[in-house]
Amino acid sequence: MSLPKVVRGRAWKFGDNIDTDQIIPAKYAIYSLDETELGKHAMEGVPGHETWAGGVTRGDILVGGSNFGCGSSREIAPVAIRGAGISLVVADSFARIFFRNAINMGYPILQSPQAAEAVEEGDELEVDLEEGIIRNLTKGDEYRAEAFPQFMTDLLKMGGLVPWVRKRLEERRQRAAVRG
Amino acid sequence: MGMTMTEKILARGAGRESVRPGDLVLARVDFAMGHDLTIPPAGKIMREQMGAEKIWDPERVAVTQDHFQPAKDAASATLGRLTREFSHSMGIKWYFEVGQGGICHTVLPENGLVLPGELVVGADSHSCTYGALNNFATGIGSTDLACVLALGELWFRVPETLKFVYHNRLKEWVEAKDLILYVIGQIGVDGARSKAMEHTGEALRHIDMEARLTMTNMAIEAGAKNGIMEFDEVTKEYLDGRAKRPYTPVSSDSDAEYEKVFEFDVEKVELGVAKPMSPDNYAPLSEVAGTRLDQVFIGSCTNSRITDLRRAAAVLENHKVAPGVRLIITPSSHQVAIQAEKEGLIRTFLAAGAAWTTATCGACLGGHMGVLGEGEVCLSTTNRNFPGRMGHPKAQVYLSNPAVAAASAVTGVISHPSEVLKHMPAEIA
Repeated sequence: MSLPKVVRGRAWKFGDNIDTDQIIPAKYAIYSLDETELGKHAMEGVPGHETWAGGVTRGDILVGGSNFGCGSSREIAPVAIRGAGISLVVADSFARIFFRNAINMGYPILQSPQAAEAVEEGDELEVDLEEGIIRNLTKGDEYRAEAFPQFMTDLLKMGGLVPWVRKRLEERRQRAAVRG
Repeated sequence: MGMTMTEKILARGAGRESVRPGDLVLARVDFAMGHDLTIPPAGKIMREQMGAEKIWDPERVAVTQDHFQPAKDAASATLGRLTREFSHSMGIKWYFEVGQGGICHTVLPENGLVLPGELVVGADSHSCTYGALNNFATGIGSTDLACVLALGELWFRVPETLKFVYHNRLKEWVEAKDLILYVIGQIGVDGARSKAMEHTGEALRHIDMEARLTMTNMAIEAGAKNGIMEFDEVTKEYLDGRAKRPYTPVSSDSDAEYEKVFEFDVEKVELGVAKPMSPDNYAPLSEVAGTRLDQVFIGSCTNSRITDLRRAAAVLENHKVAPGVRLIITPSSHQVAIQAEKEGLIRTFLAAGAAWTTATCGACLGGHMGVLGEGEVCLSTTNRNFPGRMGHPKAQVYLSNPAVAAASAVTGVISHPSEVLKHMPAEIA
């Protein structure tokens, strides 16, 4: 699974410090292995968003404020957002475990304070993931995303930590075979 | 240029002479932890997607059945079964069954499994707790854990370190919990985002290990990657007879670089709470005293170790829970429960009219045994009060220390413990 170069979708706006229990309330952790079921309840804990997931069109883009995804380490937070059909999460900043989890899953996220401030709910966005450019087709604006360190970009491009580990395990097996 | 404790541990793990903040390193892990919500996905990813058949070192992994166990419903029973089966099939040495372990962040320290100088990861955000024992410990996700289980190594970004220096001594009634709530109130829930919180200063000398664990436990509530403390007599005493492996303490160099240094005169810190609905919404107790309560919860990896329960019991002795209020007490481990039984604390709790439960995360994350309904108000000794954390998004949660929680259960409103107990006995204060 490799990343698309460009994604396009409608923006859903959220505020600062949206925590993982709002992204996916802990009671749904019983569905930890079921992305579709998790997706149905994504963002349900954010007041006024109890039925939010039902309104998402596949490919839409979530735009959060600062410290997006703070709280628990549960990977079901980005999994639920992906399960709801969101193609990309843009935020002013991310809490670190949410950030790690998304990169490890090969799920695209972008850090862009500019976009987080300027984008309004419903704006049509076109995002060049390779260049890190967010075009607001509704407003005619353009925002830059911050560049990630090379290793993270490589992980994302590769499809996350799973293919990386597979490769490393294979190298170890080969080394062991050579030593015989 | 010198290094901080956090940098030294990551450098050693990465097999490098030195590292700087911002470096991305691949580092060997000394110990890893997962539980009933994070082992099932990690096990599945490791075996089915990564293609690993066994784990890197069965003696360096702990697994607890704590979040939704004893199973709260059929779906969590499945998660419990998957966790159990994975642990057994991988030969994991430190598997803690229901009734024999408890909450991961109490179980690992009390069993001497997380040690000074080590690099520890846990698939749970409060894994930063272990740092009070002079190690680098951080929370990771399930794909991360799968990687560690398969390879014994993981990628890390070396964090900048924020230094917190605590002067003087805490006043009577004021606990480590009040101090850390105050600090988080000062810097905010993203005040240490992705950074290391290094706690130091003479005030810590008078703070015992269990209370120190309360402080590092809440590093994540400031967004930190880890919380860490120096090795001293208190650390050594706690680990003597407990440590399962030899260990090498680590200390920060005198010329280590800190992004920022915060100094606190802890004598000025008042008893306090975090008001709804964020852990950084600090207020002195006086500001919220009198707030009516529906539930009081004493539990969690933050504040339900034996010293916490002793203080709660001292307050509750010869008192009853107020009409209209329910008090739920959940020990954080089976060993804590055994000790509480020995000391007669459970009798005190039951006589006061409290519900005493088995060791589990339970109500803290709105799992079971104390989930809040719409509009209910709860005073809780836990770590997090974001909307919906303990149940309904419109429930109101205040965070406090255990003595305040116990006293408030007796009066029915948020109260200073001195309203119920004149002085906390010095030996348990």
